[in-house]
Amino acid sequence: MAWITETFTTSIGKKILMALTGLSFCGFLTVHLIGNLTLYGGQDLFNAYVEHLHSLGPLIIVFEWGLLLLAIIHILTGSILFFQNLKARPVRYKVNKNAGGRTLGSATMPYTGFILLLFIIFHLLDFHFVDHTTQTVYQIVSNSLSQIGLATVYIFAVVIAAIHISHGFWSLFQTLGANHPKYMPLIKNIGILFSLLIGIGFGFIPIFIAFIA
Amino acid sequence: MTKNINLTLKVWRQKGPNVKGRLETYYANDISTDMSFLEMIDVVNEQLTLEDKEPIAFDHDCREGICGMCGAVINGRAHGPEKGTTLCQLHMRHFSDKDVIVIEPWRARAFKIIKDLVVDRSALDTIIQAGGYVSVDTGGAQDANSIAIPQEIAELAMDAAACIGCGACVAACPNASAMLFTSAKISQLALLPQGKPEAALRAIAMVNVMDKLGFGNCTNEKECEAECPKEISIINIARMNREFLKAGLISTVK
Repeated sequence: MAWITETFTTSIGKKILMALTGLSFCGFLTVHLIGNLTLYGGQDLFNAYVEHLHSLGPLIIVFEWGLLLLAIIHILTGSILFFQNLKARPVRYKVNKNAGGRTLGSATMPYTGFILLLFIIFHLLDFHFVDHTTQTVYQIVSNSLSQIGLATVYIFAVVIAAIHISHGFWSLFQTLGANHPKYMPLIKNIGILFSLLIGIGFGFIPIFIAFIA
Repeated sequence: MTKNINLTLKVWRQKGPNVKGRLETYYANDISTDMSFLEMIDVVNEQLTLEDKEPIAFDHDCREGICGMCGAVINGRAHGPEKGTTLCQLHMRHFSDKDVIVIEPWRARAFKIIKDLVVDRSALDTIIQAGGYVSVDTGGAQDANSIAIPQEIAELAMDAAACIGCGACVAACPNASAMLFTSAKISQLALLPQGKPEAALRAIAMVNVMDKLGFGNCTNEKECEAECPKEISIINIARMNREFLKAGLISTVK
C-alpha cells in the first residue's frame, strides 16, 4: 500500500489533499449557512432547528469527528506546504512585483488560513464548549453577538473566510484537474459568488442579532 | 522614435555560488532606445572592461527569444515588464530617461547562482531526464499519416512544446515551483499518441524528481503563466495533475 502514501506525499498529492478537504469545507459552510439562516426567523425557529439537528444523535458525532479529521489534514498539509515553499526560495528578491496572476485571496492563503484556525478555536469555545443545560443555543448566540466587540470579531472572521474561499474555490478545481476552457470561467464566477454568499450570509448575522433582533 | 536615455542600474553581483552577493550601482549613459536589454548590458560591460573592472556575467545565446538562455528579474518581473517576451526581446524603449532598474538573478533553491546573473538551471534538465522523452523502437518507418491526430490536439501539444526551458516560471512563482515547466513537458507528450505508452511512468517519475530537486509547491498563483515568454497556460498544470492522479491511483505503475 506504499503507493497511497507515495502518491499523496508528492507536491501534487498534497495539493489534492488540500483541494479535497477544502471542497468538503465548502460543503460544510453551505450546510452551516443554510442552518444559520433560521436565525433570521427568530428564537423559536432557530431553537427548533438546533433541536432537530441534535436529534440526529450519533450522526452528528460522526460528522463532528469527520470535520475534525478533515481540519487536521487541511491544517497539517497546508503548514507543510507553507514551510516547504518558504524553503524553496532561501534568498528573496529585493524587488517584488506581481505580473497580474496573484489576487488578494491567493497571496494571503496561508495567513487567512491561520486566522481562520484561530477563529474556529474561539468560535467553538464561545458556542460549543459552553454550558448548554441552563441556556438555549439562541441565548448563547445572542448573548455573544450582541456584544459589539465579539460581533466585530465574527464579521472580521467571515470576511477573512470569504477572501480564503475567493482563491480556494476555483483553485481546488484546477488542482483536481478540472480546468476546461468551457467550464473554467463558470467555476471562477461561481467561486466569487460563493465567497460573496458566505461573506454576506454569515456576515449579516451578527449585525442582525446586535441591531435588529 | 529613437532617442538616447540615461539609466541607473542596480545589478546583483556575486563572485561565486557560495559567496555573499550584493546589489551594485552602475550608470548606463547614452543608451539608444533601439537597443535590447542585453545590448544595454553589453554597453555597460564594455565600459566596465575599460575601467579594468569585472564585467557583469549574464546568460544569453540566440538573442531572438527562442533559445531560453537569457533571463533576469527586472524590477521584480521575470524577463522584464513586457508580456510574452524573453529578456533579449525587451527593448530599452520601454524605459524612460533617469529610470532606476534593479536587475536580479532567478531566485530558487533549485537554481544555484554560478556568478552574478548566471544561474545553474540543470535541475530542469534533470526533470526531463526522468521521463520527458518517448522511447522509439527501431524498424521500418511507418507512413507519416498512419496515426491520425486532430488538429486541435496537435495545437495543444505544440502550445506546450513552445516551452524554451528558460526558468522564468520558477523565478516568477511566489513558491519557486517548477510545475508550469514540468506540466508543459508532460503535456506535450501525453497529448500525442506517441507519448501515451509511457504516460503513467513519465508522470510519476517527473513529479518525483521535481519534488526531490527542492522546487516549491504550486498554489495556483498564476504568476508563471503571466510571466512565461511563450505564454504557456496553467491548463497544462491541470493536465499534469490529471496525468499524475491517473498514474498514481489507476495505472498499475508503481
